[in-house]
Amino acid sequence: METAIRKNTGWRLFIQTILGRAYPRVVGMSREKSWLFFDIFLPTLSVSAYVFVYRAIGAPEEYIGFVVVGGAMTAFWMNILWSMSSQLYWEKETGNLALYIMSPTNLMAILLGMALGGLVATAQRALGIILLGSLAFKVQYALGSFWQLLLVFFLAMTALYGMGMMTASLFLLLSREAWHIANLAQEPIYLAAGFYFPIKSFNFWVAAAASIIPLTLGLDAMRQLVFPSGPALGFLNVRVEIFILIGLSVLFITAARILLRKMERLAIREGRLTESRR
Amino acid sequence: MNLRSFRTAAWLGWKIESNWTDPFLFAVYSIIKPLAGAAILVVMYSIITKGDFTNPLFPYIYLGNAFYMYVGAVMTGVSWAIIDDREHYRTLKYMYVAPIRIPLYLIGRAVARFLTGSFSVFITIVFGALFLHVPIEVAQVDWLLFSVSLLMGVVLLALMGLTLAGITLLLARHSDYLGDAVAGGLYLFSGAVFPLDVLPAWLRPIGYAMPITYWLELLRRSLVGSVAQAFPTLASLSNNQLLAILGGMIVLAAFIAVITFRYCDHQARERGYIDRTTNY
Repeated sequence: METAIRKNTGWRLFIQTILGRAYPRVVGMSREKSWLFFDIFLPTLSVSAYVFVYRAIGAPEEYIGFVVVGGAMTAFWMNILWSMSSQLYWEKETGNLALYIMSPTNLMAILLGMALGGLVATAQRALGIILLGSLAFKVQYALGSFWQLLLVFFLAMTALYGMGMMTASLFLLLSREAWHIANLAQEPIYLAAGFYFPIKSFNFWVAAAASIIPLTLGLDAMRQLVFPSGPALGFLNVRVEIFILIGLSVLFITAARILLRKMERLAIREGRLTESRR
Repeated sequence: MNLRSFRTAAWLGWKIESNWTDPFLFAVYSIIKPLAGAAILVVMYSIITKGDFTNPLFPYIYLGNAFYMYVGAVMTGVSWAIIDDREHYRTLKYMYVAPIRIPLYLIGRAVARFLTGSFSVFITIVFGALFLHVPIEVAQVDWLLFSVSLLMGVVLLALMGLTLAGITLLLARHSDYLGDAVAGGLYLFSGAVFPLDVLPAWLRPIGYAMPITYWLELLRRSLVGSVAQAFPTLASLSNNQLLAILGGMIVLAAFIAVITFRYCDHQARERGYIDRTTNY
């Protein structure tokens, strides 16, 4: 006897696709426990190196907390680079991309699913790094407003994953240079976004330009909300940063939607969906 | 056959590393990444010290970070060749059936990364000397000590890479993280960017057991001798003593690399891992 399969269409299919694509990213973590070592312990080693640099130069203790929080947030940037932006390139390499395109669903829903799954999985990693780093270095927190913190995190992630979806559409056209470009976007972004120091240390216009990366303002606002000296070292007022993050969220998601359509058409026209130039 | 394997692998590695773009973009790529990495430490340092680049700690951090790029380039480069050939290009089995020596082929594959790494190290040091007051005076550099130390370090890193390559042969998942894992651990414990005295006392022995610690100290001493004297960690050891310790550790690393690679290679052949692709 055959099991009847309910075939969804419209928004139901859209939601089903999101959940379907998010599923392996979340469930994969519970099946493969080694991520605890590779995604929490190893990044904590890097964070520790920066902590000891600050200790060597006699930095105030709050900078240790800045590094721990910044180091945890690098997990999200790595996720954006390697599991969002370049994901469609990997899918192309493994032959899945053509299957996505010919399936009766929407590529935007697939990207949203990748984003949702990546966000949930990466949040666990980031939380692990913060817990381990905070315990190891006895970081002191002084939470200002929990709801503001939650809002900032939510907005920063919405804008960041919107940006990831947008760049994923651009990576659709790339071939083997995708790996190198993603690789190039690590250290320069760690520097520009102030992962290991307050962004206020830069000239105003440099910091303003760096604010196009959602994590720059998100991280700055979060530091202001969880550290006693945060507001003094903050770049802009938290409320202003919240408004800018709302703007960035709308901008990146809209741009992702438009670019994805254009790039998908272009990739189909130029025959790049199935190419494999290694 | 040994030299031919090495030379051909080096040429292949160079093609893979460089021909994904035009020479100009490749040069930009090779400059921006290392400079941005160094700039993170420079900004951290200048925020706290209000830009006091005359403190010996600054060249200690800056040079340690610059030369540490070789660890990622050479050590990870050797082990990465396994992942690249087995998972990405799916050619490792063809290399195994070709009349070449696999260990030499793997080391040869890292030559390209050594060359691009050398370019990054050079650019970073020149930038530091020109714009950040890193006190390197060409006439005062102990070139003999520098050349010998650099050569010993590269040999050491290639041997450590071979050990990792052997282990990578047996790993199904996370094999691409192995090089980063070891490099991350060495970065923390070898005093690359801070004197070992800053580490808690119970962690310092790990740093003393790592050859990279002595290698970086020798390179710093050869370029800016005054930096080494400012920190007590290894100040009691002369250059010759440091060279002897590093030499001994290289012999040990060679022994471990040969034993590990032979064992892992045999296991990989026996279990059919040479042509395994996981898509992980």
